[in-house]
Formats: sequence, C-alpha cells, structure tokens
Amino acid sequence: MNQFKGEALSWTVKDGIVELALHREPCNELGLLALEEADQFVGSLAKLSGEAHALIIFSSVRAGFSAGADLRELYQLLQTSERDQFLKSVRARVERAHRVINAIDASPLTTIAAVHGVVFGGGFELALGCDLIIADKTARFCFPELRLGLIPGWGGIPRLKRDLGNALVRDLLLTGRSFGATKVQQAGLVSQVVAEGEALRVARATAVQLSKFDRHTATTAKKFIKPIPYEELQREIDIFCELFSRPAVERGLRQFVKCRDAQPYLPR
Amino acid sequence: MVMNSSDRTLEEILNLAAVHFRVPREKLQPDDDFFKTLGIDSLQTLDLLTKLENHFRVELPDYELQGVSDFRTLADRIRARL
Repeated sequence: MNQFKGEALSWTVKDGIVELALHREPCNELGLLALEEADQFVGSLAKLSGEAHALIIFSSVRAGFSAGADLRELYQLLQTSERDQFLKSVRARVERAHRVINAIDASPLTTIAAVHGVVFGGGFELALGCDLIIADKTARFCFPELRLGLIPGWGGIPRLKRDLGNALVRDLLLTGRSFGATKVQQAGLVSQVVAEGEALRVARATAVQLSKFDRHTATTAKKFIKPIPYEELQREIDIFCELFSRPAVERGLRQFVKCRDAQPYLPR
Repeated sequence: MVMNSSDRTLEEILNLAAVHFRVPREKLQPDDDFFKTLGIDSLQTLDLLTKLENHFRVELPDYELQGVSDFRTLADRIRARL
C-alpha cells in the first residue's frame, strides 16, 4: 500500500520519501491499535522500499513524538485478565513491538526520526531504530521504565549499547531521568538539534540530500556499520517478561494510572 | 531597585513561565503552586523544564522537581546548578 490512513498512524510516499506520521492524541501512546497499524506498515515496507530511498517517522501530535507504551491500556488488561493470559499478552505485545522496530532498523531505506517534545520509553525505542534522529529543542528523551519496576523492553538497551558509551546508558536507565536534546546530541545520539517545530522540515531536507547517493552503496554501508543485536534483543524480551510478572510492576502501573495530581510523567 | 542574583533568577523564571504558558506576568507569584496557577500537567512541566535548561544553560534532572511545586523553590534548584 502506497498510502494508509489509520487511527494511530498514517503513511505516504512522495518523491522517494516514505513518511510515517504518528497522530494519536494525547501523546502517541503505543497500544494494541498502534502496534497493529505499525505491523501493517512494516508489512508494506518491502514494497515501499523499492520506490523510495528514505523513511521519516514523525509525530503530528503537539505533546511530542511518543510517550511510549500505553500504560493505561496495559493496566486495564491486567485488571480484566487471568494472570497467565495477561503475561502471554504482554509477551505477544513485546514481540510484536520488536518485529516492528527490527524491521525499521534493518530497512534498506535510510531512516530518520524527526522528534519533538516527549520521546519516552517505547517512543525512544522507536527513534533508536532509525539511522538518524533529528530533534527540535523541545525534545526530551527518557527511559522511565525503572519507575515501573521494569527495564525498557522494546529493544532500547541493546540499541543504546550499540550507539552510546556505557556510562550514559547507566545514567539513562538507572536514574530514569529525562535528558534534553542538546545533551543527547552531545552524547552523539541526536544528529541535529533544530528550532522548535523545525524537525520535520529539516528531516525532509536531509532526505532530499540522501537521494543523491547510490542506493546499493548506501544500503551496503548501513548494513556494515549498523549491526542489529538480535541475540541481545531476544534476551531483553525474556528479562522484560520475567520482570513484568513481579508485583512491583502492578504497583507501578496502578500508581501511574491512578495519579490524580497531573504529574504521572514526573519522577515520584 | 537593584535585584540580587537570587531575585533575578526567580524573576527570569516567572517571566519565562508567563510567556511560555501565555499567562499575564502579574498573575504569577513566587510562592504560587505552578501546577495549579498555570493549570499544567506533567508533560507541560517537562516542556517548562526544557525551556529552563535552555535558558539558564544548566542540566536539571527531573527528579530534582520532586516535591517542588512553587517558583521560588524551583529557582533555588536552578541556582544550585549555575
């Protein structure tokens, strides 16, 4: 499909650039619907790759790129399912997220995440699957999973280890604090920091530049310099699912969902 | 009136918050609860945090905002990083 308009995301191809827009209010929380539509997208990616040289993933939602996994949906599932069934659903969800992000990571297209505002958890992991991250200066990056008794489960740890020094990975994971775009650029993860609202425009200009290069060479270079740590990714899934079975996670989810003081995204 | 550096930091924060959230400056007082006065949630607070980091050129871990809900205490946290 060359274009698709879904409830959580949409895509188009124009002038050799695939654009995947995330647009589910309030902040692109990635639940079952988003994952289903993302799965559809990667199913189309092979065909789209024949007609394009770049993929840009961005959000048209004001609050940010994505706040990550839909925790309210997960909590509701926890409340309404038998425990074993719930844990099976969690694993299925995680494996699906991995399939999606792995497909983007392995894509022959040069991939760009154009981000702003909140880039948290699964949203951060989606951005990490891309070759380049262009952030506007409102972007904040965070892995808050430890606050829920979890680790990032959608490939964040192996990809951070691939791209960053271990000290910064420890800071991100063990403090659960959010980092501004400039700091993440200084760390080498963000390619360009641009003015507020300019990330998509700059991503498009970058994608136009990429069209000047031989595709086979670019794809070969990308495969060579950007290995995908499949074994570690599988290990992350297993550790994540094991942690998810612990009571701390239910407590963390409940605290997030029941938070009445409008501060669920701040550390407590 | 000559402001000392503490007052200057606080004044800059109040001005920044007023402009960013489009609230008249005179409606913001140093000891106001900024969540209530500005009517903001945690996502918008993170937005304010980014503005403050960029303006003062400091890094302010968001866990430093734990228990902070007024502008004066927020100014103390920022000054500790200058």
